[in-house]
Amino acid sequence: MAAMAPGGASGSDIYKGNAVKLLLPTWLVIGVFLLIPVMLMAVYSFLTKEFRGGVIWEFTLTAYDQFFLNRGLFGDDPASIEWTYIGIFWRSIWQAGLATILCLLIGFPTAWFIATRDARMRTVWLLIVTVPYWVNLLIRTVSMKFLIRDEGPLNAALMWSGIIDAPLGIINTNLAVQLGLFYSYLPFMVLPVYAAVERYDFSLSEAAADLYASRWTILRLVILPVVKPGIIAGCILVFVPSLGAFLAPDLLGGAKSFMIGSLIEEQFKGAAGNWPFGAASAMILMAIVMIVLLAYARSQTRETRT
Amino acid sequence: MNKFLATSLVALTASAAQAQELKLYNWFEYMPQELLDAFTEETGIAVTMDTYDSNESLLASLKAGKLGAYDIAVPGDYMVKILADEGMLDTFAPEEMPNLGNIETQWLTVPFDEGRKSSVPYQWGSTSFAVNREVFDGDIQDTAIIFDPPEELAGKINVLDTSGELLTLASMHLGIPQCTSDREQLKALNALVTGAKPDWASFGSDVAKDVLTSGDAAAGMIWSGFAAKARGEGAPIEYAFPRQGVIVWMDNLALLKDAPNRDSALAFMNFMLEPENAATLTNYAQYSAGVTGVTEFLDPEVADSPEANPPEGTKTVFVEACPEDIQVMYDAIWTNLKK
Repeated sequence: MAAMAPGGASGSDIYKGNAVKLLLPTWLVIGVFLLIPVMLMAVYSFLTKEFRGGVIWEFTLTAYDQFFLNRGLFGDDPASIEWTYIGIFWRSIWQAGLATILCLLIGFPTAWFIATRDARMRTVWLLIVTVPYWVNLLIRTVSMKFLIRDEGPLNAALMWSGIIDAPLGIINTNLAVQLGLFYSYLPFMVLPVYAAVERYDFSLSEAAADLYASRWTILRLVILPVVKPGIIAGCILVFVPSLGAFLAPDLLGGAKSFMIGSLIEEQFKGAAGNWPFGAASAMILMAIVMIVLLAYARSQTRETRT
Repeated sequence: MNKFLATSLVALTASAAQAQELKLYNWFEYMPQELLDAFTEETGIAVTMDTYDSNESLLASLKAGKLGAYDIAVPGDYMVKILADEGMLDTFAPEEMPNLGNIETQWLTVPFDEGRKSSVPYQWGSTSFAVNREVFDGDIQDTAIIFDPPEELAGKINVLDTSGELLTLASMHLGIPQCTSDREQLKALNALVTGAKPDWASFGSDVAKDVLTSGDAAAGMIWSGFAAKARGEGAPIEYAFPRQGVIVWMDNLALLKDAPNRDSALAFMNFMLEPENAATLTNYAQYSAGVTGVTEFLDPEVADSPEANPPEGTKTVFVEACPEDIQVMYDAIWTNLKK
């Protein structure tokens, strides 16, 4: 439709024939930074592992076999389903999902609040939201650790005020990991939601209210459909990096249990040195994320058709 | 004209300095800046240093293409052997290392680098564990502190996040050999660590000292010098020499293959074998040097530290590098522990 719009037609005439050349930088970036690394990883996941890291150029399915089939500690039991890695994936997905929901619950009202201030204050609030993120993620995670440790200021303050008599013992638990993920990725939710809410035409709410819609109905039937793209973008931006996070699990969770990120890291950096298995795990993770996104995209197109 | 001369002089010295450089790849918190400065002052060679946190991550990054980017790395004993077997080390002739004779006899003939062809001693020390004496005042000279802890310590223990050292200490607790292929022994090892895991608060290597000084952990597996530092920073801890023995290791300055500045590397290795410099390093890292004539330059508290002076008759064990078919089973135990 856009091409039919006045101005659009003449614009495309100017660039006619140059399209391929003009798109070259894009393809170069996508190719060099996305396609080639992913292809490399895909190929590595089907290669034979070399002892202590590296690969031997012989095709095998061993890495995927190791992921899905359990053959016992010594590798000669009859094969059954391997729950170890599925369990690790499930733990990560669950943690990332919860972080996404928390970020949405806090991020949406925050974004709404900012978008409804006057223009000058909006800039100030956005600055306040982003400033902490100029500091490196590692440093912020370590600071969070200092804050919540048993001897840290949070417990000291709560104990001083008499709310609790013993430290909460949050450090090295899943709750601490959750807190870390939530804190790390909150602005990724706030900013896209803000961008969507800012474009929202508030007279729509007034019109709905004039037609006797309740506040809840306005939110559900008027506001949410309009800001939905921002919410979806925010959810993806929080969920995907949370899924691969390993700083928060390592530093706040005590590294007791593998998350997807640390499992993959261990294959490349740890004693296991199993590059094909690390690559296979990464491929499986990518497949899961893509299936979820595709399913979402399909459900969207169906919705618009009906 | 003068200005022109000055500028070109600056440019010249800059390029001269660029030609004289050294790329060092070392463990974290393992090199005092004053020593690097002293080396630069003495030789005019500028040093840049990157760090890593385990022998395995050193190997991984060299394999992933960092070979040729560094002149010297600091692998532990078994990793020197592995790097040599992988063809990642260069060799030097004895004439190229005038201070080779300064190495203590026991560290001159070592199985991981026969005849010292590729590496020279950096620091050696031990790995066991330290206990906060304000939390627990009973007998700590037993590996049960980690693997079957008393009530006061349960749930407040940090263990090193490296399978080599953790599983070796666990093997010592069970009295089984390393790199065993005996199924019953491997099963027992697997059961021991998974059974002890609920008593552990965290896995961490680079935080091993920090958790003890902050009080996050009341006991923790730790390297001897790190324990000495934690004690120096005020942690009320005691480093244990358990009946079952301690892990002994030596980190070495190893000459990497395809070193971009081989001459600088040799100069640095030779520099670090000077007793005075080895002592400066020891005073900082608080392990032991493996170089003769160091004692007179040591701070008394470092020379006499309980961590660096094991009681007579302490059993010592080196971590062994297992062959591939056996390492796979240890990897499986490690994954099972952390799943």
